[in-house]
Amino acid sequence: MRSHARIGFILLLTPLVLWLGLLIVIPHIDMFLISIRERISFGVYETSLAQYEKALTEPLYLRTFWRTAVMSVLATAITLVIAFPVSYYIAKMAKGRLQQVLFMLCLIPFYVSELVRTFGWMILLRETGLVSTLLQWAGLADQPVEMLYNDAAMMVGLVYTSMLFMVVPLVTTLESLDDSVIEAGYDLGGNGVSVLREIIIPHAMPGIVSGCIVVFMLSLGNYLTPTMLGGKDSLWFTEMIYNQFIVRSNWELGAAFGFMLLVLSSVIVWGMLRLTGRTLQETMG
Amino acid sequence: MTPDLECTDLVKRFGETTAVDNVSFSVPPGSFFSILGPSGCGKTTIMRMIAGFLDPTSGDIRIKGGSVLDTPPNKRPVNMVFQHLALFPMMTIAENIGYGLRRQKMPKDQIARKVDEALDRIGLPGIGGRKVDELSGGQKQRVAIARCMVLEPDVLLLDEPLGALDLKLREHMKVELKALQAAFDTTFVYITHDQSEALVMSDQIAVMNAGRFEQVGTGQDLYYRPDTPFVAGFIGEANRWKGRIDRVEGKALQMRTDSGLAMQATAAGPMTTGDTAEIFVRPESIRLAASAEALAAFDNQLQGTVTSILFNGAASRVLVQDDVGETLEVTLPQSGEFAALKRGDTVHVGWGAAQATCFKGAA
Repeated sequence: MRSHARIGFILLLTPLVLWLGLLIVIPHIDMFLISIRERISFGVYETSLAQYEKALTEPLYLRTFWRTAVMSVLATAITLVIAFPVSYYIAKMAKGRLQQVLFMLCLIPFYVSELVRTFGWMILLRETGLVSTLLQWAGLADQPVEMLYNDAAMMVGLVYTSMLFMVVPLVTTLESLDDSVIEAGYDLGGNGVSVLREIIIPHAMPGIVSGCIVVFMLSLGNYLTPTMLGGKDSLWFTEMIYNQFIVRSNWELGAAFGFMLLVLSSVIVWGMLRLTGRTLQETMG
Repeated sequence: MTPDLECTDLVKRFGETTAVDNVSFSVPPGSFFSILGPSGCGKTTIMRMIAGFLDPTSGDIRIKGGSVLDTPPNKRPVNMVFQHLALFPMMTIAENIGYGLRRQKMPKDQIARKVDEALDRIGLPGIGGRKVDELSGGQKQRVAIARCMVLEPDVLLLDEPLGALDLKLREHMKVELKALQAAFDTTFVYITHDQSEALVMSDQIAVMNAGRFEQVGTGQDLYYRPDTPFVAGFIGEANRWKGRIDRVEGKALQMRTDSGLAMQATAAGPMTTGDTAEIFVRPESIRLAASAEALAAFDNQLQGTVTSILFNGAASRVLVQDDVGETLEVTLPQSGEFAALKRGDTVHVGWGAAQATCFKGAA
């Protein structure tokens, strides 16, 4: 009987171990090994930290690295600020069918591939696009306005892409907040601001943190949106990794970049958890 | 003296349905007022209007003489203990109790002192640092009351706060709530569907049905002198007979039941011969006896067979089927006399006309 249970346990565990091992652990070990070698001449490699040194001393690389981090944090913050009232409305104010419809409306854009969605934004924002034409028609602009290829357009794209991943955890946690707790907050003399600060936000904290982590990771690792909507100056770190691997065939530097991105996201997520005094178990469980 | 709380001609409609229909009442300072009614009768709606979460369709609510209709909930001098207490789970007990004081911008040291005082008062000193979910049901109850009472409201509203507790604790909390009310000397307005909660604690009880107040009075009034058939049926248990009035002499009357029995009863309102009527007799007002002679003093006497004994300790009942086939409930005395009573025994039952209340029937 015991051995049966043991075999069952092993069988259940196998897919997980295979998945983790083949797709995550082994490639990462390999990546790490690639990142710490230096090409001396054809087919001759030496272990060194030269790639990291290059990444950390070259201003373009470093600047892009920090810019990507800051912009991702900013995109996460903007997504939170926009998603919170939306989620509050869906979870607490909308009732019955309206609630379902609104939730579906958040979900429907994700039926379409990210590429098509991003093209949608390009159609709206380009020089001959809808917004530009409307502005000219309304007399607010006297010539076509180019709204693509800048940081603002990229930010719009990032926030739009991430919205659902913030709304879902927020709606779930806000729904679990008993209406009478909010009412009690008002009844005991609180106003909108104090009820939000002392009751609603502390209650929604697990949802806020998990939503922020997911959105931050998605933004940091996004490739399509910054490439398509961002301008010449809006270089994203993932683009640089792509360039090193595919365009320049410099796998060593690309692997080093990859590891820097992994460390960065780990540090920022850890910092976010520390800042809000939560543990990963609490947030994910 | 100005009443602490006064509602006049309060009406609340939700679309087509009238949840509260022309209700007026006033609650004198320092008293315990209950609104008792079945679920869906509109009692919660009244409470939410007093607290300010709902606006009445018409009518006025005055607290200490001043209308509060234009005052938002966070500015009203009333506080509410919610059905599921609604303690703030993200805060400690002390933070919960201090929440309202923080809103009043009271200095920190003063808040801490007031919170400690409140915890002493509810008999839970030193638990301020604990989390809400570390407390038992009864403790949470007391914290929820303390959280309101530190604000010294003119009126404290309680929305079935004992509903979630188990029976033993509920019995205990009834006594404790009454004691807390006396200790804080504040007006309590309590809503419940549990008649025993209302009867034990209240100075005044309003019985509510379908959006209206059926009767307002003390527990004794409602129990002994119900104004309407609804009150007679809702407060305590009752055996009922429908029939037609034979004879009326002042308050005393005789009714012929639909099954053909003649019964002596007391009228609860003006009545004339030929009216359809209904008689209510409480199981505890019916005397059980082994022989007809022992019941000679009673106006109404019946003979019957025991069909069932419903044992429930002090509240045990006997179901007796009379000769015309109707079953009535009689309280089983616990004096030992009927210890041997069993199914199929023949018994005699009797009750006085004063204990039988007769209401004019609808049909």
